[in-house]
Amino acid sequence: MPDDYNPEALPDLLPLYYKRLFPYGPYFKWLNYGGVPKHYFSHREFSFTLKDDVYIRYLSFTDQQDFEKELQKKCPHKIDLGAVYSHRPKDQKTIKSTAFLAQEKELVFDIDMTDYDDVRFCCSGADICRNCWPLMIMAVKILDRALREDFGFQHILWVYSGRRGIHCWVCDETARTLTAQGRSAIAEYLTLVKGGETVSRKVILPDKLHPSIRHAVDIISKYFLEYIVKKQDLLGDEEKWKKVIAMIPYDQLKSVLAEDFVTVGTNTSTRWAIIKQRLQNAKEKLDLYKYPYVKEEIMLQLCYPRLDINVSKGLNHLLKSPFCIHPKTGRVCVPMDPEKIDDFDPEQVPTVSGLLEELDKVDLVEDDQGKKFRDYKKTSLGRYLDIFDSFLKGLESSRKGKLIEQSDMKMEF
Amino acid sequence: MEFGTKSRKKLITTNKVKDYRYPHHLQLYTDPPTETISLQEFEELAVERLKVLKAVETIGITHQKGTEKYNQLLEKEITATKFKECFIRKRNLSLEEEIENRKRDHMSHFILRLAYCRSEDLRRWFLLQELDLFRYRFQLESSQSRVEFLASNNLKYKPVEKDEQEEVTREMDGLDHLTNSTNKEFYKVPFTEALDLVRNRKVFLRDGYAYVPQEDLVSILLSLFRTQLSHALVVTSRALPNMEEDGRLLPMLCGLSKRYLGQDYGVKKQNVGVVTAEMIELLSKKSFPLCMQNIHASFRQTHHLRHGSRLQYGLFLKGIGLSLEEAMKFFKAEFTKSMDIDTFDKKYSYNIRYNYGKEGKKTDYTPYGCMKIIMNNPPAMGDAHGCPFKHFEAEFLRQRLSSLGVSKDGVDVVMKYTKGGHYQVACAKLFELTHGINDTNSEVEMVIQHPNQYFENSQKLLNGPVKTAKTVKIVSSQQNSQASVANGSQVDVKTEVMDDEMGDDLDLNDEELNMMT
Ligand SMILES: [Zn+2]
Repeated sequence: MPDDYNPEALPDLLPLYYKRLFPYGPYFKWLNYGGVPKHYFSHREFSFTLKDDVYIRYLSFTDQQDFEKELQKKCPHKIDLGAVYSHRPKDQKTIKSTAFLAQEKELVFDIDMTDYDDVRFCCSGADICRNCWPLMIMAVKILDRALREDFGFQHILWVYSGRRGIHCWVCDETARTLTAQGRSAIAEYLTLVKGGETVSRKVILPDKLHPSIRHAVDIISKYFLEYIVKKQDLLGDEEKWKKVIAMIPYDQLKSVLAEDFVTVGTNTSTRWAIIKQRLQNAKEKLDLYKYPYVKEEIMLQLCYPRLDINVSKGLNHLLKSPFCIHPKTGRVCVPMDPEKIDDFDPEQVPTVSGLLEELDKVDLVEDDQGKKFRDYKKTSLGRYLDIFDSFLKGLESSRKGKLIEQSDMKMEF
Repeated sequence: MEFGTKSRKKLITTNKVKDYRYPHHLQLYTDPPTETISLQEFEELAVERLKVLKAVETIGITHQKGTEKYNQLLEKEITATKFKECFIRKRNLSLEEEIENRKRDHMSHFILRLAYCRSEDLRRWFLLQELDLFRYRFQLESSQSRVEFLASNNLKYKPVEKDEQEEVTREMDGLDHLTNSTNKEFYKVPFTEALDLVRNRKVFLRDGYAYVPQEDLVSILLSLFRTQLSHALVVTSRALPNMEEDGRLLPMLCGLSKRYLGQDYGVKKQNVGVVTAEMIELLSKKSFPLCMQNIHASFRQTHHLRHGSRLQYGLFLKGIGLSLEEAMKFFKAEFTKSMDIDTFDKKYSYNIRYNYGKEGKKTDYTPYGCMKIIMNNPPAMGDAHGCPFKHFEAEFLRQRLSSLGVSKDGVDVVMKYTKGGHYQVACAKLFELTHGINDTNSEVEMVIQHPNQYFENSQKLLNGPVKTAKTVKIVSSQQNSQASVANGSQVDVKTEVMDDEMGDDLDLNDEELNMMT
């Protein structure tokens, strides 16, 4: 992948991207949800960020053609998706604010690497690298499992944001029709790491481990040693291990560990072994063992997904749309396959400039009107579109299943 | 509901064995009453129920809910009201008496709905107290009666089959636990109907179903009640302006809601401009509650404030009398230490104007009360907002308290309240300690409900009992609003910032209900 993207060229690249590469067909197919109910696409709020951070909310489009036309005309630097409203969002100003209501939206999750800055030492802020990316892998695995097994959701679209985070769109009908309370309940169920800068112990587990937490710990366990030893060297020096020791709720143990780490410990992996051993001993010996899951708490605080809960809670909260271009990196906001998330490499995600270059090398084909064009599916965007397609197929087949179910019910009468 | 002065009460007149409208001693108040009652009776019912709710609130602040002591105190307080026989069953009542009581319960609840639907703070207060009252009353019922009540509300959940139950039990217990859940009976409920249990991970979930233990069905009931009531309150508040026809009613309703909740600390016109940007630094040291001191300090240090802090702090400053111009000056001066003026204008001035109702929905937002700060939107990494007593780590809070010059004993007392979850009591104690009222050992006397109340109390104390310009103004503005309502002018329905959400319902969770325990 040639990484010669230059942010300053974005205004010149976007018209080409929206003309030649943006997957209008599948995209519309997604947001139209089979046209049930009919207004699902036309009542959806879009917002565009144009150049110089000009931000326009409450846009809406009648159909795919309208959307295509406007997108190519405005060439937004960013597209956000909002809720499906009771009225067309573009009429928002003419409708009484009490009547204009957000009715449905996918249940969404936003995980941003900046929220892990206190537990990653390779980079900070907007940067990510191979050493912190495992955090995102664990996040996908943990949340995907919970959403499917615990909540019974099936149509889950995972998306790489193009830079430092990932988004999750749960598209089942039960998810789209959730109330704000339902959304916040799910988000809180999935939130374990709590507290701001002033809190050093951010995960506190009750004395009975909920099955969903146990599953999360199991998933983390598969990555944990490799991650703390090879990727982060999390107990490599005093500055780092001080943070980990601060997560332990027993003062006595804290000082013992601080000493052990210097006298016995030689590197991250021996020091982690010491923590485990000391905790185990304490568990067996001390009657007053108030917190039986300190080891798990540490693992979770270091690795459990950190959700921006407000994004999930609000019905009318906006989230960046898939297939946007990230203006800083030029990368496309692409779907990810949660089954193969271990193989996903953010650095391999195509950039707009790279794709356009590739497209020029793709053979020309003719459409049914004899017009010649180059098929964007032949570029490296293709395999991400395959993931999107299989997600769409799933949605479609459950729609069909539901229709059959309904007609069967009618037959009975 | 009709209200008239002429007609005397025409309450119970029948000997019917079952009143289909009141099938149970408890109710979820789904339908409004249709009887006509006198204005006098109207007021009496309201005042008496308010006494009960007030007792529910204060006892809930100082005692853990559901404990023996809590129940005991609540019983004592309720016995002192006219709802004595309605809420606490000490002797056997005749059927007529019982139905009469259920009617009074029904009516009084609806009257207070009218009085307490007008602002988010009022709705929140009313909802919390009603829920606590319901919870208290529910646990007084026999288990037979509870089951009947569930059934009468169409909550007919079926127990999980034996095979599945064994499987679920295994899942729940895992390897580390061999607990007593083996013989528990579970009910399979769609997770959307057990949101509070889901939220707190108090229930096992599989494939979209919550496996609810029998004893937790109560929580589902409460959540049903909460959803219905919060929605109904919002709907009522929208309908309220239409009720102005009866000129006598509104002043009474306004009076009722003021009676216990005090001021809403919205901005009084005469208050604007009392505080200037230059005064903030000094005031923050003398009279700001810890939450605001904290945001202020963080702002001074980082020259930046995140969204949550801008709302919480910005509205507070507006409430103490900082004008829009002064607020702009204040925020600009600090923000531009870390960014250029252009960036500030582009990114942050909107926010400040928004707080003052000059942008967005153009609503004159009111400052956040303690409940809202404690319960909503907890601070995440890098945030400075929230309630220090609730959101700070204990050790850090301790340091902060000592740095304010509080003695070690004083710190211990405040920390004790904090640990018990009595955040507002802790804050009140800190007020008393830093303002030289009472000493470490005395019981906390004041109740802090609002950061702006903290500020006003502090200023009153520091500036002496003389009527400062400000207190006079507040008094007069209240008189004005009373008068204008009595004249039948527009009702002032205040809206609050809902963090850009347009939710119809108050988003209260179980934690919120359990707060102050
Ligand atoms: Zn990194």
